[in-house]
Formats: sequence, structure tokens, C-alpha cells
Amino acid sequence: MNPANYLILAALLFTIGTVGVLVRRNAIVVFMSIELMLNASNLTLVTFSRIHGTLDGQIMAFFVMVVAAAEVVIGLAIILSIFRTRRSASVDDVNLLKY
Amino acid sequence: MTHETLLTAAGAITSTSTGEAVTFWILAPVAVLTALGMVLVRSAVHSALLLVANLFCVAVFYMIQQAPFLGFVQIIVYAGAIMVLFLFVLMLVGVDSSDSLVETIRGQRLGAAIFGLGFAGLLVFPIGSAINDGSAKGLDTANTGGNVQAIGRLLFSQYVFVFEAISALLVVAAIGTMVLGHREREGGRITQRDWMQRRFAEGAQVTPLPGPGVFAQHDSANTLGLLPGGGHASGIGGTPAAGPPGGPAGSGPAGGGPVDGGPDRPGETGPGAPPAASGGDGDDTDGGSRPGSDPADANDSALAGAGKGEDR
Amino acid sequence: MSADTLTVAAGTGAHPLHYAAASGVFSLSWLLIVLPLAGAAVLLIGGRRTDKFGHVIGTAAAAASFVVGVVLFAALLGRDGDNRAISQHLYSWIPVNGFQVDVGLLVDQLSIVFVLLITGVGTLIHIYSIGYMAHDPARRKFFGYMNLFLASMLLLVLGNNFLSLYAGWELVGLSSYLLIKFWEDRPAAATAANKAFYMNRVGDVGLALAIMFMFATVGSTGFADVFGAAAGGVIGYGTITAIALLLLLGACGKSGQFPLQAWLPDAMEGPTPISALIHAATMVTAGVYLIVRSAPIFNETQAARTVVVIIGAITILLGCVIGCAYDDIKKVLAYSTVSQIGYMFLAVGLGPAGYALGIMHLLAHGFFKAGLFLGAGSVIHAMDDDQDMRHYGGLWRYMPVTWATFGLGYLAIIGFPGLSGFFTKDRIIETAFDKGGTSGYLLGSIALLGAGITAFYMTRLFLMTFHGTKRWSSEGAEAHHPHEAPVSMTGPMIVLAFGSVFAGGLFVLGHSLQDWLEPVAGEGEGVHTFSPLVLTLLTLVVTIGGFGAAYLRYQLRPVAVQAPTDSEVTLVTVAARHDLFANTFNETVAMRPGQFLTRFLVWLDLVGVDGLVRGSAAGIGGLSGRMRRLQTGFVRSYALSMLGGAVLVVGALLLVRG
Repeated sequence: MNPANYLILAALLFTIGTVGVLVRRNAIVVFMSIELMLNASNLTLVTFSRIHGTLDGQIMAFFVMVVAAAEVVIGLAIILSIFRTRRSASVDDVNLLKY
Repeated sequence: MTHETLLTAAGAITSTSTGEAVTFWILAPVAVLTALGMVLVRSAVHSALLLVANLFCVAVFYMIQQAPFLGFVQIIVYAGAIMVLFLFVLMLVGVDSSDSLVETIRGQRLGAAIFGLGFAGLLVFPIGSAINDGSAKGLDTANTGGNVQAIGRLLFSQYVFVFEAISALLVVAAIGTMVLGHREREGGRITQRDWMQRRFAEGAQVTPLPGPGVFAQHDSANTLGLLPGGGHASGIGGTPAAGPPGGPAGSGPAGGGPVDGGPDRPGETGPGAPPAASGGDGDDTDGGSRPGSDPADANDSALAGAGKGEDR
Repeated sequence: MSADTLTVAAGTGAHPLHYAAASGVFSLSWLLIVLPLAGAAVLLIGGRRTDKFGHVIGTAAAAASFVVGVVLFAALLGRDGDNRAISQHLYSWIPVNGFQVDVGLLVDQLSIVFVLLITGVGTLIHIYSIGYMAHDPARRKFFGYMNLFLASMLLLVLGNNFLSLYAGWELVGLSSYLLIKFWEDRPAAATAANKAFYMNRVGDVGLALAIMFMFATVGSTGFADVFGAAAGGVIGYGTITAIALLLLLGACGKSGQFPLQAWLPDAMEGPTPISALIHAATMVTAGVYLIVRSAPIFNETQAARTVVVIIGAITILLGCVIGCAYDDIKKVLAYSTVSQIGYMFLAVGLGPAGYALGIMHLLAHGFFKAGLFLGAGSVIHAMDDDQDMRHYGGLWRYMPVTWATFGLGYLAIIGFPGLSGFFTKDRIIETAFDKGGTSGYLLGSIALLGAGITAFYMTRLFLMTFHGTKRWSSEGAEAHHPHEAPVSMTGPMIVLAFGSVFAGGLFVLGHSLQDWLEPVAGEGEGVHTFSPLVLTLLTLVVTIGGFGAAYLRYQLRPVAVQAPTDSEVTLVTVAARHDLFANTFNETVAMRPGQFLTRFLVWLDLVGVDGLVRGSAAGIGGLSGRMRRLQTGFVRSYALSMLGGAVLVVGALLLVRG
């Protein structure tokens, strides 16, 4: 099997995540879509690591995971604090910064 | 699958084997489908569960690509910790209109579809044409002495500073979350005595609330039972103390009869209850003195009640 | 630049021009300028605190400067003839790479005579002003401006490069403007000041352009460099002619020569001491100084010299003719000044033969015209600021000193044998004839005719003022009580009268001034067309003719108190009364088109430029208002734009990579 299939799969997953960010209004689901995108890129890294025969890609993926964890923690805290004041978790409701 | 078998399986795979191909062709559609499902299903909880499934698939892909360490980290950190966090926040926030799949921004879906397809096309087709010899060097050399050991060596030698920076980032994230989540208490600590005094002063229900499943607190004509759907049976509302009897009882979700606090009370004591269910306090004063209040008032009072709930 | 080692061939090239470095007493030459400048600073910055003693400070500053001038002159006399040009470097004014302008002073034979004239006459007029302006509440300011003028004029004549000269040139223009409108509550004075300023601007532009031309061709504005290049034939004939003509334009503007003469008579609105100092003796002769100073340039271009001569000739006649028609004593004197400066231009236009004569006439004129103006001021003072000669008459009995000094100045200007004008003017007429050919006869005849007309109108002025019947009353509402002026006023008049009498002889006899100026101006040896004696007799005859005509007309016949109306006099008189329509000409040719152009430009600015600016502003504003709507506040919209951008970038990358 061609290892490029992993890459194609990762591209598809990434695109699905992107579309998820674009069409979902629930901030938490948007976050989950972002996680999906990060995973897709991680899959790419791991695949390339294997293709090139070095472990650097895996290390990168590991770091991405850690950063993703930190990002999720902070992001969810922000969502919670917005929800506390506005009683809404919809990204469309946070639209005061406009014309 | 136990760890040993996975590890041996991972070690056994050098390049693309038949086993790997089988695994891939089974799990890849699953991954795509779960991802699509995550985006498309209405309930956020379902989304989260589908994402967990997707993450498991990706973890398996890691493992069959000679990255067992990442695969387990994926399962433990992502599927374990992060997704639990997601679900926890979902429970905290509850379900609201943002889960609706009706698009409100004109052209957003069309644009997303066009650009998404374009993006996918631009990514997928060049990859297909760029890498077509199907060869991969494999990680056998790099993984000598075990994948975990090899990653550990790299992590604590070549990438040690990055590693340190990442750990600092985690600390910052932890502190940041605490700052964001912290709420300053206004006034002193509220004791049980204060609670009771306030409750008596407001003239609200003093006695403990009935347990779940009890639909009527009083065997009385002016106390209406809850309907099986959660609404109130229509009838005559008004508190014995303040409301003028005979006033038409509001049939709205929040501004209804005064004694419908029964099911509300648990909501009030529960943290982060949905606003529609926490308007008990407001109703007893506003809704009671102004029978037939319009829905806007009811909403206001519900929000006010929610505000009080926040203060506690 | 180091001028001490620089030797340039000047004038006719017979004598090398050597600028010696300043040492000893000459290193103090900057005091000449600084003393009056300090006086001006004290008086103008000190304000009302110096009201009580301001005139003393001003006069002392002028006198001190004069003393320094005399000391320098004496020191120059002590040096030998070829070593009398002393250049002093003061500081670097504009030290830009490739454009060095050093401020320096050049004390030489030419500048020192100007220094003596300016500070000497200036000091006398300061003293005169103490009495003349005694009742003016702003006397202190007046002295401050006068000191400023002295400093500026000294900078003009002492600068050793054209840029310093230009600075002085503009500063005297400023002082002149400030002093003409000294009585600024009089609309006529304010208008006259503006007119003088504007017409001087025309000339100043010429001077500025000339300096720029010099810099463009020579790369320097220093006298030594420019004259060296001019004499060395480095500059092409066309360029040097252009420079000379532009310098001439500047000179015409400052000296009130045709066609820029119209401002000078109007400038008589200023106080009379100013008319004497600035608009008769010193500033208006700056044009002559400029041409003589630039002699090495004019020597190279016959065409420009011809233009100078033509302008001088035209101006002589123009000034004379208009001078005959006016009844205002100061206006007549002003047109007389215009005409006399015309003589100087005529002289300097004749080339090396005439430079020294022009300066000579300038100096003599400085004495007698200053004296005449001071006398006129005394008369005006006595007649309670009435300037109409038809209201005078028979004043000699009431103001004998004024009569005597004014009379000597009058005799000097018409060329009474033995007095200044006799020597200097005759030599100019003589040299004009000596030019030879038809042009020589033409110029000589014009100069001769001018002498006759000068005799006529000056006699007219003198007789109408001091002799004839009394045309004023000592009783009634219009009563006048003429009296002799105080000593502070008569003293300077007496000194100037002496100057009028003896200056000419002093300059001419024994060729003293010509020899003195020869290193700067050169010397021309011409062939005499007529013998000097014949010409002197001829001039005397013409002068007597003019005198006789005036005597017949204004002494033997009564003078009307009321001037005859335009319909009663000849067309020539009407034209002369209207300044030969110079103002009308200026208005039609320059002012109206200028106004039209200005209006058109304003319209263009409002509709075109502003329209463009406002239109683009409005367009951008409207566009922004619409573009603003793109900011919906929806994060998902922004994310969609980002995805679009990402698609474009990936697509572009793939395209580039092939």
C-alpha cells in the first residue's frame, strides 16, 4: 500500500475539520473540529516521519499534542467564562466587534 | 488488543504490509465517516463521542506506522483527558440553540462547501501525483532499542529546550485556566443561616423540596401538577400570599404559576442550570404581582433569577 | 575661500586684483555693521523703556560706525594702491559639501567710499531726525529702523560675495518698507510701502536669478571666484549677458530706473529724513554700486552695457519731464533723484570709462540731494506739513539758513560752475559724447538736454519755494508761521551744503577719486569728441537756458495758488502729471493680468485641486462605508475568508512549483 494514502486521508480529515469550523455554531463543536484538524496534521507528521526514516516527525507530533492540550484547556476556560456572562456558547453571539 | 501484541505488531511492520493495508482500508473509511458525523450531527455530545472514535482510529494509524508511543499518548491524552474535558464542559454549558444546524449567515454553507472541496482537491491530487512509488524508508533503524526509548533519547537531548518550553507552556495554560475560571465572591461567605433568613424574607418555599418524581406538592385546586411533557397544566395561578386569586395563570415556560417552583428548586440549587429552569425567585415577586405578564417580562425575571443564582 | 592668495584680473585686465587678508585694524571691520545692528537691537527689543534716550543711542551707533569707517579709510590710505582690497573671512554661512558660502567682508576702495557716504550722511541725518521727529511719539522706533537700515546697507556694500550682498539687498528693502510706512495710519503711506515692496520684488527676483546663474556656471558666489571666471572668459557670452541683464533688473528695481521707477516718488510718503537718506543718498544708489561692483561681468558683455545706457538715458528724460509737472516739493525731488540716478546708469553703462564717473556723481549726488531733501523737510516742517509748492513763496526771508543751504544744493545739482554737480555731471556728458558714433551723439545730446531740463525744474522749485510772492497767509484758519529749524536740523544741512559745494571739486581735481577707484573700476582712455572746454561751455549754455526759462515763467510772472486743471495745460504736462502713465501701464500690463491669473488659479484650486482632493476623499469615504459592511463580527465569516486565502496560497504554490 502506498503510504501516501495516509496523507490523503489526513488531507480529507483536515478539510472536514475546516468545514466543521465554518458551519458549526456551537463553540465546543468548533473546538472539536479544530482538534480534528490538529490530529490530521499529526497524522501527516507521523507518516512523513516514517517515509523519511527519522523520528523528528513523531517528536513534532508529540509537541503538537501538548500544545493542543494547552489550547483546549485555555479555550474551554474562555468558552466557559463567555458562557457565564452571555448565557450562550454560540460563536455567532459573540459579534460585538463589528462595523 | 493488549499492549504487548500492539507493540510487537508495530515492531513487525517495516513498510507497507498486507496487514497494514487491511487495517488501513478498514479504519480509514471509519475515520472519515466519524469525522463527517462529528461535523454533521446535531447534538454536541454525539459529536464528542464520534470524535473519540475518530481519535481511536488515528491512534491505530500511529501504531501501525511504527509510532506506538504516540498512539498510546493519543489514546491517553486525547481520548482520555481532553475529550473528558470536552464532555465536562458540554455538560456544564448545556444544550442551547447553538446546536441548531440551521445556517444563519447567508452564503456561509455554500462558501464552506466550495472552499472545502477546493482545498481538499488541491491537497489530495498533488499528493497522489507526488508520492506514487509507494516506498518508505521505515523506522526500523531509528527505533532501535524501542520506539519509546528512541523518542525519549531525542526528547531529552536534541529537543530538550523545546521540551522545557513546552512544559512552561503547560504551566502557563494551567494558571491561565485558573485565572479565567476564577470568580471573585462579592461580600462575605454566605452561611446556611443567611440562606434561611433570605428564604423567609422572600416568602418563598421554606420546606425542603420534594424528591424527584413528585408532580404535585399540595393536594389543592390552586396548585397545579406538572404535565408529563414538563409543562404546567393550565389553571388558576397566584400565590396565597401575594397573587390575586383568579388571575389567569401564564402558560409560558418561566412566567407561569407561582407554585411551579417545585421542579425549579432543584435547578436553582444545581450549578449552571439552564436559564429557563431557574426563574423561581423572580416569579414569586414579579410574576405574582403582575399576573399575565408578557413573555418578555418572564424572560427578564428568568434572567434576573439566573443572576441571583450566579451570586450564590 | 581664502581670498588672501587669490589674484584675479579685474577691470581692463591691466591691473591684477589682489585681495589681502584682514589684519590689524581691518580685522575690526565687522564693527561697521555690528554697531548699528546693536543699536537697532537695543532700540527695537528694548521697547518703550528706551523711549527717552533712544535717539541718542541710535545717533551714537551711527556716529561710532562712521568713526570706524574713517579709521579704516585712513588705514587704507596708508597702504599702497594695489594692496587696498582687504577681505575678511567671518564664518561659514552655508557649509554644504559642494556649496560653500562664507560670510566675509571686503573692504576695498569702492566699498570704503560707500561706507563713508552711508555712515557719514547717515549720521548727519540721524542728528537731523532728532529735531525733525522730536514731536513724534514713535521716535525711538524710527531710530531703531534707521540703525537697521544702516547695518543692512553696510552689509550690502561690504559683503565679499553675492549672497551676502543679496542678504543686505533684501534687508535694505525691508528697512525701506518699514520706514516708508512709518506713519502707517496714513493709507497713502501704507499703500506706497506696499508698492515699493512689490516693485522691489521684481528687481530682487532678477538679482536672485543672476546669483543662481553665477552659482550654476561658476560654482561659487564669491566676488573673487565670479570675477575671476568672468575676466578669464570661462563664462559664455550668452550666459554672462543673461547674468548682467538680470543684475541690471535688480539694479533697476532698487534704484528706481525705468521701467521700475514708479515706486520711488510714492515712497516720499515716508518721513523726510528717510527720503533723504534712503530714497536719495544711499539705498537707491545700490543699483549703481551693484553694476560697478560687477564691472568685470559688464566689461565682458557689450549688449548688456548698451541696455544699461539706454535705460539710463530713458530715465534721465523721464525723471526730468515728470519733475517739471509736479507741485509737490518732495515728488519733484524724487523725480530729480530718478533722473540723477539715470545719469549714473548712463555713466556706468559706458564701461570702464564711466564707472568711476558714476560713483563720483553718486557721491556728489548723495551730498546735494540729501541736503536738498533735508532743506525740503525743513520747509515742510515750517509750513506745517504742507508739501505743495504753490502754497509757498517768499520763504527766504523767514528761513535764511535753509534758504542758503538749499540754494547751494540747488546750484550744485544744476551744475553751477565750481560746485559738485558741475564737475561730475559735465564729465558724464563729456564721456557720453566720447563714446563716439551716432550713439555717442545721441546719448550726449540726451544728457545735455537733461541738464537743461534739470536746471528748469530745479529753478522752478527753488523760485516757487523761496522767492516770488507770498502765497500763504499768516492769519486766519490756514495761518502759517514759518520759522527757522532748530540747530539739530540746520547743522546737518550746513555740513551737507559744504559737501555739495566742495565734494565734486575734491573728487575731480587731480583725478583723485578716479585714481582711487581705478583698481576696482578700471580706467578707460577715450578719444575726446569735443574738447572739454567746448562741452563745458555748451553745458553752461543749456543750463542757463533752462534757468532762464524757469526764471521767466516763475519769477517774472505770478504763480497761481491753484494748479491749472488738465484741460488748461498741454498734453505733455498732462502726461507728466500722470507719471507719463507709468502706473497705468503697470496696472494694465502687470496688475490686471496678474489679478486675472490669480482669480483663475483660485478657481482652479477650488474646483480642480480641491475637487480632486475632496472627490477622492469622498470616494474613499463612500468605499470605506461599504467595505465596512464586510466586518460582520461573525468569526465564522472571517474563518471562511481565511480558508479562501489558504486555498489561494496553496493554489499559487502549486502553480509556481508546476
